[in-house]
Amino acid sequence: MSKKIGDVILDLQNISLRFGGVKALTDISFDVREHEIRSIIGPNGAGKSSMLNVINGVYHPQDGKIFWHGQERRKMEPHMAAQQNIARTFQNIALFKGMSVLDNIMTGRITKMKSNFIEHALWFGRAKNEELEHRRKVEEVIDFLEIQHIRKTPVGRLPYGLQKRVELGRALAAEPSMLLLDEPMAGMNVEEKQDMCRFILDVNDQFGTTIVLIEHDMGVVMDISDRVVVLDYGKKIGDGLPDDVKNNEDVIRAYLGAGH
Amino acid sequence: MPTQANYAALDGLHTFPRLLFNHARTRPNAPAMREKYLGIWQTWSWSEVAERVRALACGLSELGFKRGDNLAIIGDNRPHLYMMMTAAQCLGGVPVPLYQDAVAAEMLFVLQDASIRFAIVEDQEQVDKLLEIREQLPALEHIVYDDPRGMRHYNQTFLHDIHALMEMGRIHDRNHPDFLNGEVEKGHYDDTSVMLYTSGTTGKPKGVCQTHTAFIAAAQGGVQVDRMGADGDILSYLPMAWVGDHLFSYAQALVAGFTINCPESGDTVMSDLREIGPTYYFAPPRVFESLLTSVMIRMEDAGKLKYRMFHHFMEVAKRCGADILDGKSVAFGERMQYALGNLLVYGPLRNVLGMSRIKVAYTAGAAIGPDLFKFYRSIGINLKQFYGQTETCAYVCMQPDSQIKFDSVGQPAPGVDIKIADNGEVLVKGPMLLKEYYKRPDATAESINGDGYFLTGDAGFLDEDGHLKIIDRAKDVGKLSNGAMFAPNYIENKLKFFQYVKEAVCFGANREQVCAFINIDMGAVGNWAERRGIAYAGYTDLACKIEVLELLRECIEQVNADLVHDTMMADSQVHRFLILHKELDPDDDELTRTRKVRRNFVAEKYKVLIDALYEGKTNQFIETEVKFEDGRRGKVSADLKIVDAKTFPIAKKAA
Repeated sequence: MSKKIGDVILDLQNISLRFGGVKALTDISFDVREHEIRSIIGPNGAGKSSMLNVINGVYHPQDGKIFWHGQERRKMEPHMAAQQNIARTFQNIALFKGMSVLDNIMTGRITKMKSNFIEHALWFGRAKNEELEHRRKVEEVIDFLEIQHIRKTPVGRLPYGLQKRVELGRALAAEPSMLLLDEPMAGMNVEEKQDMCRFILDVNDQFGTTIVLIEHDMGVVMDISDRVVVLDYGKKIGDGLPDDVKNNEDVIRAYLGAGH
Repeated sequence: MPTQANYAALDGLHTFPRLLFNHARTRPNAPAMREKYLGIWQTWSWSEVAERVRALACGLSELGFKRGDNLAIIGDNRPHLYMMMTAAQCLGGVPVPLYQDAVAAEMLFVLQDASIRFAIVEDQEQVDKLLEIREQLPALEHIVYDDPRGMRHYNQTFLHDIHALMEMGRIHDRNHPDFLNGEVEKGHYDDTSVMLYTSGTTGKPKGVCQTHTAFIAAAQGGVQVDRMGADGDILSYLPMAWVGDHLFSYAQALVAGFTINCPESGDTVMSDLREIGPTYYFAPPRVFESLLTSVMIRMEDAGKLKYRMFHHFMEVAKRCGADILDGKSVAFGERMQYALGNLLVYGPLRNVLGMSRIKVAYTAGAAIGPDLFKFYRSIGINLKQFYGQTETCAYVCMQPDSQIKFDSVGQPAPGVDIKIADNGEVLVKGPMLLKEYYKRPDATAESINGDGYFLTGDAGFLDEDGHLKIIDRAKDVGKLSNGAMFAPNYIENKLKFFQYVKEAVCFGANREQVCAFINIDMGAVGNWAERRGIAYAGYTDLACKIEVLELLRECIEQVNADLVHDTMMADSQVHRFLILHKELDPDDDELTRTRKVRRNFVAEKYKVLIDALYEGKTNQFIETEVKFEDGRRGKVSADLKIVDAKTFPIAKKAA
């Protein structure tokens, strides 16, 4: 499989993030290129999710610069990230449990909807046509993720693995150019992991979506990533191709605990 | 064998392509096929189908497909795959549908045996299977796929997107407008129209060659008996390789001109059924069984009022429902009660099952439990049985309306002649008999006797009204060591009517008593266990629970109580049984792809268990290798408990 990896679209330079006296991230720099699968790995508490939250605009680093498509990004809020076509999934599933799969994925289209609240409430004006158009997009996502059979099922009744898939569906419905996945395979069995891997690769391949992935399962990471960043205690200890990272002594030490 | 008379009666419509183009001419805008795509039902009219078939046929011809070539068809029921069947027939080729859930190695035999040069497959999964065994298939030249998803990086030149093939065909058709009509004209009524492989309960699968007239005759007979019109709808969801699907979704649809509806995916069949509300429905007993099980489970969870209402009216239906459906005379009071029940229970229930519009529902493939059968008829669903096999286009006996006997498969269908051989085997003759087994003149000669009767291999008899009753496979019918008849299927069917029993295998030939293996129904028993607060961690664990064994013992004792009244089968009461630690699975070769038990294989594989049953042991350890869907292997092991069931003394037979 050969795909074209493009230019750097997200460049993080010397990022430091503190919560009071706790240093979550210290002087971290790395970049993400267009169309690649970029993984962030590290032991518990290494700062992976903090890193993702920085990219997404949930946290604001005290030091460092972030460049998005070459432009320096000032203070940013999560909804701005959504408007810039960055979508994400969460480590703990954050879906509307009482709503159907279809409706949950529909919420992913929210930034694309132009009609206002009143039009929606009254099913009037642009709302109707717009819903048809968005429904079509949502159906494409449902087809893509092969979840037709649970289209109308309330999310709360689904097994964990499928809920994760629905969450990915909601992120995909936003047609993101960059997708942030926070441990999409945590707590899954082998078969569910295989399915999820296939979907991540398919998203990357078919839609050209850039993917930033946090994952614990080393096997998965090494198999599907183009490049890997390794964090430990908020510091970057490795960065490069999966094979380079695998043989990096600092990484081995952090994971196997030698020297600690 | 098809006769000249049949041919003449067909009035020029003696091949399936001719039938298709005739529909496209006479009723171009009527719906021919539907498929749910992106959540919405899409309809193709007859003229649209005809246009696509033309394009596909011309495309195939462009690739080099010739008269006499075989075309493998592998995939779920998709409109394009059905169209491809007709396209192959247009060119005088023979479609060979395969079971889509078979692993590559299982497909290999058929693909080699039929010398497949061309294959049309549904998606990437099937393409991968063919690529996996391509080395062993030197004859395979082209693979066409319907769904392009995931195929972007496949750059092999022998892979073709079906839309590209159609485009190619359309160009060819524009340049040679007379070509296809000429090819269709050349089609002879006695050409092989399709090759269906037998599931191979015994030995290697055999390719059954059926002619156009055979299938058309079978379809016409069925359409005539049930007065099927062109306005019907059928849900096509059973494997295309199965003769039943070919008869109903292909042959009858083309003869009568009704609409076939393809479900979105295998998992959505139930909701698609509700949305379509077919007028014509076809399912093996297993599906009716699991439908009933799911209804019963949900009724257990219903509120008190609903629960009691349901059971009250089900009693009413049991008393008079089937008679009302048969048009027999029923007391006025009962009739009123039934009408009320129809309003409150049966109607809504039919709606939930997606059977509100059903004119005829059929079941076949295996014997159906009489209670199960009665249940559907009593709530007003015209469920009937028919009898037939691949070699007879699934068309031998049908139950005519208002003459339904629960324990028979009906009377010989129009044009069919039935004889019972001296050994009890059912012999059949008619226009729907197979032309031959592909490349197997020896097997063909063996299966048809000197008078032209086909040997079905089933044991049965005709009752006083001329209804055929099937007891079992002729070769499975044995004797207990005391000489009493032992028909395992008969007992197993009785067991399988309990919602808790998914599969049963009985042993007893040449032994003193009958013993059984049971597979529990995960849904029903799981629900039962949850209700009682019994924790379990999957099938194997649940199967080993004492409480579950007790539950099953009660079921078996009920069957025994029932059997003791049966003069022929009283000796076949089940003395001992065990619950298998894994579900019997076609992937492990224990069931055929049509989900019939491979009796001998199971007996051999679990010999230790059978020995334990007959040696009087109380438990036995077993470890079994299982294959997962993706081809990986694992092991399941358990220490199985063996349980004795109460049997009943046989009343002395009157002298």
